[in-house]
Amino acid sequence: MQVSFQLNGEPVEVDIEPRMHLADCLREMLRLTGTHLGCEHGACGACTVIVDGAAVRSCLILAVQAEGSSVVTVEGLSSEEALTPLQAAFRKHHALQCGFCTPGMLTTAHALLTEEPDADADRIRSALSGNLCRCTGYIPIVEAVLEARAAYRKSDKP
Amino acid sequence: MKPAPFDYRAPATLQEAIDLLAAEPEALLIAGGQSLMPVLAFRLASPSMLVDLRRVAGLGDIAIDGGGVLLGARVRWRDIDDDPRLQTAHPLLREAIAHVAHYQIRNRGTVGGSLAHADPAAELPGIAVTCDAEITLAGAAGARTLRAGEFFTGPLSTARRPDEIITELHLPLWPRNRRWAFQEFAQRQGDFALAGTALFYDEDQDGLVRNAHVGVIGACDRPQRLTEVETLLNGHAVGEGLFREAAEAAAQAVDPPDDLHANAAYRRGLVATLVARGLRASHIRGR
Repeated sequence: MQVSFQLNGEPVEVDIEPRMHLADCLREMLRLTGTHLGCEHGACGACTVIVDGAAVRSCLILAVQAEGSSVVTVEGLSSEEALTPLQAAFRKHHALQCGFCTPGMLTTAHALLTEEPDADADRIRSALSGNLCRCTGYIPIVEAVLEARAAYRKSDKP
Repeated sequence: MKPAPFDYRAPATLQEAIDLLAAEPEALLIAGGQSLMPVLAFRLASPSMLVDLRRVAGLGDIAIDGGGVLLGARVRWRDIDDDPRLQTAHPLLREAIAHVAHYQIRNRGTVGGSLAHADPAAELPGIAVTCDAEITLAGAAGARTLRAGEFFTGPLSTARRPDEIITELHLPLWPRNRRWAFQEFAQRQGDFALAGTALFYDEDQDGLVRNAHVGVIGACDRPQRLTEVETLLNGHAVGEGLFREAAEAAAQAVDPPDDLHANAAYRRGLVATLVARGLRASHIRGR
């Protein structure tokens, strides 16, 4: 089945089986392997991508359901050259170790702060509660997201 | 964790969707897919076709009028969060929905999906039953409306026929001074509740309970109202003694499952604690 959508700002078209979820489509067909698959049934949050501005689990949406949508993956958050303020804050606060959960943490936090740049620690914890991390104990991740808020507030101003 | 193969259609109208379901008995509906996708991944279901409701217009609206609150089947959890009118139009609904799932799932999970999936621990079916809501379905034989109490028939089972599509949920008008609470206990935020309660009552000028509704989730094979507890509350003066009696009666009235997460005795205790907490919270709110 032919499906077309915007991927990180560029139009893409793929020919896939209807049963393929968006994560497999991104990884296997479009070769963007930054999106990680942990559980494949909506429990771990590693595969989070942003569809039409909202963080969603790409293992819980069929690629055919993304027809006409705008999809942003972790690759779309930054350019090759520089880390975004959110990514830099993750590095500064040691908010990752093995890195498997990190793409999902970054896309979730990016979607959250884009909509709610004043999110407090409780709100951040709540939004990240669907993303499992087995390395950090979460505290550095929350600290990194708290610090990154400043950059999202600035980018709100024209 | 890959679903078995299926055909996929995304019809533009409700009628086309119904026609597809009627012509293809092994077809299933998908909207947000937040319950169905794991079911497909585990191959607990292997439909011949998925009929996606994403292009069908008119299912995504929240309407509030003198008759109550109408939620279209494709209203998402985040749409309920984002609608400030519901703070006064249905505070119990808002509070309960705040407990549903995680951030990402809240961006896609829908009202119709939750009702159709009918998990005994899910919040929205509990609210629907507690509030005596009505569920409207459209099918090959026309439209029909069922009371929520008749709609849920068991764990993951409803009165919906295979060719029917849930179109809306109607919650009756919510009076402003109603006393209410929603309480649940889950092991982690966003997980399914081990047990929960939604309750409300109106208080007359003498401080007596009128029109008590007490519902439970996660403690029976489907969301259920506890009529024994409601009878015990009605006509009596609110206070700690009554709350304790009601909590004890609630624990006796439920028939909880034993499973990996909690045994029946634990869930019974949980129901008593949550009903008592809910009654206290409803009593002190706003005073």
